[in-house]
Amino acid sequence: MSDRESDRRVPSAVGDGGVGLLTQADLSVPTHQIVDPDGSYDPEAVPDLSAEELCDLYRWMVTDRVFSRRMVNIQRRGELGTFGSTRGQEASIIGSAFTLEPQDWLYVGRAWTPMFMRGASMTDMIHFWRGIETAQQSFAKQNSQIAISIGSHIPLVAGLAWGMQLDDADAVATAYIGDGATSTGAAHEGINLAGALSLPALFFCQNNQYAISLNVEEQTGAKTLAQKALAYGIDAIRVDGQDVLAVYDAVQTARERVKDGNPVFVESVTYRLDAHTTSDDPTRYRDEEEVQEWEAKDPIERYRSFLQSEGLWSRIDHDSIVDDIETEFDEALATADELEERRVRELFAHVYDELPSELSRQLEAFEALLEERPEMDDYIEQRPKG
Amino acid sequence: MQATIVQAVNEALHGAMERDDRVVVFGEDVAESGGVFRATDELLEEFGSDRVVDTPLSEIAIVGGATGMAMYGYRPVVEIQFSGFLPPAFDQLVTNTSRIRWRTRGELTAPMVVRMPYGAGVRALEHHSESLEGAYAHIPGLKVAVPSTPADTKGLLTAAIRDPDPVLFMEPKRIYRSIREELPEGDHEVPLGEAAVRREGDAVTVVAWGAMMPPTLEAVDDSGIDAEVIDLRTISPMDTETVVESVKKTGRCVVVHEGPRTLGVGSELIARINDEALMYLEAPIERVTGFDTQVPLLSMEDFYLPHPPRILDGIERALTA
Ligand SMILES: Cc1ncc(C[n+]2csc(CCOP(=O)(O)OP(=O)(O)O)c2C)c(N)n1
Ligand SMILES: [Mg+2]
Repeated sequence: MSDRESDRRVPSAVGDGGVGLLTQADLSVPTHQIVDPDGSYDPEAVPDLSAEELCDLYRWMVTDRVFSRRMVNIQRRGELGTFGSTRGQEASIIGSAFTLEPQDWLYVGRAWTPMFMRGASMTDMIHFWRGIETAQQSFAKQNSQIAISIGSHIPLVAGLAWGMQLDDADAVATAYIGDGATSTGAAHEGINLAGALSLPALFFCQNNQYAISLNVEEQTGAKTLAQKALAYGIDAIRVDGQDVLAVYDAVQTARERVKDGNPVFVESVTYRLDAHTTSDDPTRYRDEEEVQEWEAKDPIERYRSFLQSEGLWSRIDHDSIVDDIETEFDEALATADELEERRVRELFAHVYDELPSELSRQLEAFEALLEERPEMDDYIEQRPKG
Repeated sequence: MQATIVQAVNEALHGAMERDDRVVVFGEDVAESGGVFRATDELLEEFGSDRVVDTPLSEIAIVGGATGMAMYGYRPVVEIQFSGFLPPAFDQLVTNTSRIRWRTRGELTAPMVVRMPYGAGVRALEHHSESLEGAYAHIPGLKVAVPSTPADTKGLLTAAIRDPDPVLFMEPKRIYRSIREELPEGDHEVPLGEAAVRREGDAVTVVAWGAMMPPTLEAVDDSGIDAEVIDLRTISPMDTETVVESVKKTGRCVVVHEGPRTLGVGSELIARINDEALMYLEAPIERVTGFDTQVPLLSMEDFYLPHPPRILDGIERALTA
């Protein structure tokens, strides 16, 4: 039996005989915010972070922005398959990931810098978008993965959390999902499982207003995504995703509760400023006006004004932060470009622990064919740049 | 009108919606943005938001919803954005879509089409490359069609939308825009279940479909071998007769497919040839297929695909055995 508070709630009293509709209007879902868009804030509400940590938050947000910009640029030069920019979502991504501990599990949708925060390299992430299998291997070493099939990771995260629960581990399993992912069957089943078994699972939903072309208002009839959590018997927090301190505060609070077997769903209200991926044309489905409105809510700008008010801005040399990240990216790209020629054997590795005889036969025949027919080279190209 | 395969899809959808107002189109990003490949371009503008609908990100709801709507009397033509995202809806296909007619002894049916781009070679991420027609064709009650030319795309899709049974329509996205040809005007139908002989020959029969057709024809054309090339076009129901008649003539056969080898469509083709033309065979039937591995990610995906030299190798083996 769990000792969750929600389990102890008594069903409401029997009504007076009339049919009572329970509607969304009965629910009010507040949005947690610490720094107002105009830069004002209540000093009491600021989370307890050291000056150094507060500066780190800034550095990571800038890292996220620079990384997206550089990736979009190299994709345009034909040096990546595709890429999904996170511009506009930096507060959401960094504020949340800043709360995670190395022993936690992190399974992301649109969030790349958290992998760097956990020790993966930019080279790994370049490899990922170039379609090089070692990327997810590296992420796995940091208890992290990227899910491409939307929502597919949500039950996995419930299962990871289940293992943690059985182990009594001091850790949480976290699924980053998008607004679109909340509509999948996997989300329904995974979050419900977490609620039913009181698993240490944290669901961090970046509501960036769009699933490719579909606005969140058409994604669901629910007024908020946060409220969906209540139906699974788990708690929810809705937070201003452009306010890095509020996101940190929300997810930190959530993580504390999750650790004790109270799963929490956090909806972070944010916006994807760039295209869905480099192959998307957002002018087909949204107005420039709307984009401009959100440009004005730039999370990095808002946080900068906070740092200025706190007298911390003088500790930050923005240009040199950017220079360092650019250098890190240049070096990562150079390393990625040096990828050694790969062997055909790799295609057959890791399908099973042991290669079944039929697969060995297929591999040997293919290797022989490559020897016998050099004209295969006209059709087969290793694309180390994706 | 000169058109590519993806334009032919669009043309067939326009035609079907014009002719039959029970045809509705829905799926992810199909309406306002016209589909990530623009296959449903301009449908919203022409037919309105009752008949062309962007759904939530819910493959189960798309396929299950289409099935219910079809039972009710509509003709849904739904899009799964990439075939790699059909698996969540596999449950609906197996549990409901394919069984409505059977379950109700024909009282109810599910005439609907699930369209989806399939196959490797477009430099996309994981789950954007598979060719699992063999798995889908394994479901009784479901038809599976795979066009390889713009004209056939228009004709087969038109037939699929009219078909009284559910059809999975797998579009070869690697050649979505690489072939352009004159599209037959108006109401052009290519019957499901009929293969096409693309090239007549006496030396060997080569069977392929979808995105494997261009490399197969290239291998044959460049080699000068007198091969008969058959485009299967529909995987289920399979046109055994055209294949068997050809094999009886040539005595040799090669099957080319992109999907994994083991339990692939080639296995079934070979079994049928063995059943009906074993005594005509002069050599074992060869298979040139994808490997029994996951499709490699984009940097190495070329290695997975059967290319002309590999196909030619299979043909030569069939000829020399
Ligand atoms: C199951 C599944 N269906 C469709 C897709 C194609 N697709 C990729 S991203 C995306 C939209 C995702 O929206 P959301 O969950 O809001 O995440 P965001 O991209 O906005 O971060 C879609 C439909 C997919 N990857 N997986
Ligand atoms: Mg989104």
